[in-house]
Amino acid sequence: MSKLIVSESDLHAFVDGALPVARRAEVETYLAGHPEDAERVAAYRQQNATLHSLYDPVLDETVPERIAARPARGASLLRYAAVVGWIALGGVIGWHLQAYNTGVPSEPARWARQAAIAHVTYSPEVRHPVEVPAEQETHLVNWLSKRLGTPVKVPHLGTIGYSLVGGRLLPSDSGPVAQFMYQDAKGQRLTLYLRTNRDDTRETAFRFAQENNVGVFYWIDRNLGYALSGEVDKQELLRVATTVYRQLNP
Amino acid sequence: MSDYEPRIEQHIPRLRRYARALTGERAAADDLVQDTLERAWTKLRLWRPGSDLRAWLFTVMHNVYVNQVRARASQPPRAHDDEALNIPDRARQTDMLEVRDLDIVLSALPEEQREVLLLVALEQLTYEETARALGIPIGTVMSRLSRARERLRRLMVGMPEAAGLRVIK
Repeated sequence: MSKLIVSESDLHAFVDGALPVARRAEVETYLAGHPEDAERVAAYRQQNATLHSLYDPVLDETVPERIAARPARGASLLRYAAVVGWIALGGVIGWHLQAYNTGVPSEPARWARQAAIAHVTYSPEVRHPVEVPAEQETHLVNWLSKRLGTPVKVPHLGTIGYSLVGGRLLPSDSGPVAQFMYQDAKGQRLTLYLRTNRDDTRETAFRFAQENNVGVFYWIDRNLGYALSGEVDKQELLRVATTVYRQLNP
Repeated sequence: MSDYEPRIEQHIPRLRRYARALTGERAAADDLVQDTLERAWTKLRLWRPGSDLRAWLFTVMHNVYVNQVRARASQPPRAHDDEALNIPDRARQTDMLEVRDLDIVLSALPEEQREVLLLVALEQLTYEETARALGIPIGTVMSRLSRARERLRRLMVGMPEAAGLRVIK
């Protein structure tokens, strides 16, 4: 009988059941005459079996809620659509996002709520709606950038009918946050709430939340989280949110 | 697009199994799965329809894991050097102990060997799929697999590590 050449790779493929039948028989013959290799092969097979007995029970565990049912995943999928055509798909996205906005409130959902609360607190103010008025925009931007610890930009929404009223600094459970206020010719006010996002690699799609009469579109873009609030219909709010997003991501 | 969702969902239990074995901890494993799914949803357009979604998800998880390991680089590393692998000799005990011990010695393997071993032995990816998932040549898969298995075997029976590693043909 000619001497069989069996490589180390053959032995592993034998262990993993990856050899064709004919080659498999040859390796068996080889192992019969090489007890040291046969011992190794037996040990490796035992390792495979032990790994399965250790970790296969994970397959039967209930998948934790945070993995199984996170609204963000539906939203991320829609982000894909959004990349394809922000404007054309805008209305559809707005409609879908509400459908996905179910389940356990995520951290962004909590600060969207804080944004809505800040909106209803300050938007009705007649005499003191903002701390720093739009006339001092440079000062406003420098001040808020300094307090948030990251450069912030003020979107200009004049082309879609909203002028900047000004901005203010607010406390939150995650540190200082900023609020910019806008209003249209009829005095209808929108507020844009900005907070720093600790994990600066994340991005999310637009998500929509409703707090009583206040609609909020919110999203995370790198190191900042944004929430646009207003007592306007959802299409209008989405139109403004889209403009804000595009100005911040030219 | 909507039919992608159930397809990704159905791989979650196996992603969790792999992550558990890779990290050795439940919470860390689920963090890894969560980050992987998040990344997968945003990168879904990079997945080629018709190719193996599960293998692609392992690629995504590998990339997330490597980033996490890098981020932890300032912390004390998991045992990487041979010095740290000197687990005391012991007599062979019961099967139950052996199962638990494999768990421990597994965590003593270098990350790159553990990934290869688990994808092949636990997740039963082919060598080609493993090479693609990790972005390494198939020869590297074979040499890492060989080192991982031999290292585990020697640690399990309390043998010293082999001085030289066998040449892979």
